[in-house]
Amino acid sequence: MTALEIRGLAKSFGGLRVTADLDFAVAPGERRLIIGPNGAGKTTLFNLITGEIKPNAGTIRLFGRDITAVPCRHRPHLGLARTYQIITLFPRDSLLRNVMLSLLGLSSLRWNPFLRLDRQHALIAQARDALARVGLAALADRPLAQTSYGERRRVEIAMALAQRPKVLLLDEPFAGLSVDERADVRRLLLAIPRDITLVMIEHDMDVALDLAERISLMYFGEIIVEGSRAEVVAHPRTKEIYLGE
Amino acid sequence: MRRSAIAVALLVLATVPLWVASGYYVNIISQILIWAILALALNVLVGYAGLVSLGHAGLFGIASYAVAWLVVNASGYLAATLAAIALSLAAVAIFAVLSLRATGIGFLMITLALGQILWGIAYRWIGLTGGDNGISVPARPMPLGLSLAGSTAFYYAALLVFLAAMLSMAVFVNSPFGASLKGTRDQPRRMTALGYNVWLIRFLAFLFSGFWSGIAGILYAYYNQFVSPQILALATSAEALLMVIAGGTGTLLGPIAGAALVVVMKNVASAYIERWNFVLGAIFVAIVIFMPEGLVPGSLRLGRWGWAVMRGGRLARVADEGRR
Repeated sequence: MTALEIRGLAKSFGGLRVTADLDFAVAPGERRLIIGPNGAGKTTLFNLITGEIKPNAGTIRLFGRDITAVPCRHRPHLGLARTYQIITLFPRDSLLRNVMLSLLGLSSLRWNPFLRLDRQHALIAQARDALARVGLAALADRPLAQTSYGERRRVEIAMALAQRPKVLLLDEPFAGLSVDERADVRRLLLAIPRDITLVMIEHDMDVALDLAERISLMYFGEIIVEGSRAEVVAHPRTKEIYLGE
Repeated sequence: MRRSAIAVALLVLATVPLWVASGYYVNIISQILIWAILALALNVLVGYAGLVSLGHAGLFGIASYAVAWLVVNASGYLAATLAAIALSLAAVAIFAVLSLRATGIGFLMITLALGQILWGIAYRWIGLTGGDNGISVPARPMPLGLSLAGSTAFYYAALLVFLAAMLSMAVFVNSPFGASLKGTRDQPRRMTALGYNVWLIRFLAFLFSGFWSGIAGILYAYYNQFVSPQILALATSAEALLMVIAGGTGTLLGPIAGAALVVVMKNVASAYIERWNFVLGAIFVAIVIFMPEGLVPGSLRLGRWGWAVMRGGRLARVADEGRR
């Protein structure tokens, strides 16, 4: 069984075709990298997988279950989590509260209007654990507005990991980071256990190629090259389209 | 410190009729409490859900009209009050379903339009609402045999309801559901991707807000013993919104301060200043310029700044003396 399987996925915005008859399959525990030039449709593919936009045609399966018609809000409950290319966090809250919101998303506690959130000790402990996993335990109570860009990237990852996903979609996790911060995030991603399947969009080839086992090259909404690192890098279409040779 | 402040506030509120000799001013404070309940209810949407409504006078007015009509045409205050709450909740649900089709300006315009429709019904459906003549409530209720006819008795009744509203709001905003609601205000897309049903959270928040708007409306009908289309007018919705914004959105004390400001200006300052509307407008402009976050959070900020300046001055003097 595949962790994530996409068949014949098509999406157009008016006359603009974003993905066309796209096929894509990721094995459980795999580390998959999606590369491609700007406008290739990589983030749109993530949005289609998470249900933030609806496809015109095709199917999406998560561990064999057809989730094409499942609303976006139900997909995290099925084991799908993501991070965003443009950091999307809760700026008025502390790091701890950000991760707590992520945990609450999968808990029936989120509907409770009577209990005090700051007395939910089990939830708070889980959130602190998630922050400790990304090396931010010491900053847990700091307002998000007082953190660096790199720390926010790690909060994004902590929020996704806190939901214990089966498939984690990482949209450019190294974007905008300094060399040191990249090394931190790289270590963090390498430490993610194998029971979580990773699909990652990334432009930083030096770091990303190191993390991925298989690579898919997207171009104008289609996957035109797929294979191991060596196969994709050596492919003439990769050199022509992505590397500009 | 916080508990002491709450205890002092409760003591002050409980003894108002003892140190405010005039029944007129006790009535003014009752009005502040009623409008504060409406402002607190509106604040649930404006401050915690990020949904600016210009139709809350409609929800306030439906409950007012319902209770007045039922008291006149049916029997029993308790039954009338309960039926008015049920009716206003049903209306709130319809209001919410229609207006939550949009957010931002779209939401504001739909609530404005719905509020105006209700005002039009109150004004034109004379057979039901009495049109311009409104509906008079013959007498205030007597819960548990206690007469609310006097200003002091009604004040205590209004205070009890106000404290219940305040307590429920405090519990609500600090709960997991309150955190979810604030999340939908700040990052609705992210909340959906985290597994939340953003629409349903907003809908339930709308019901909660509408419930307390209706309670305020029922209190108003009993206080005033008269309802007319004026209470459903756009001006009433705008005033409620100004109370929230002037006092401080997303705070519990802000809407109360805003309600106090507006009611005092309308009822007290207007006796001394002919152009009190101008003064109220000038105050709003000053708040927007100097305290854009609202009276309560703005005053706290200025207080902290003043304290820091004073401490800085003292520290500088100590340092100077040390150098000498």
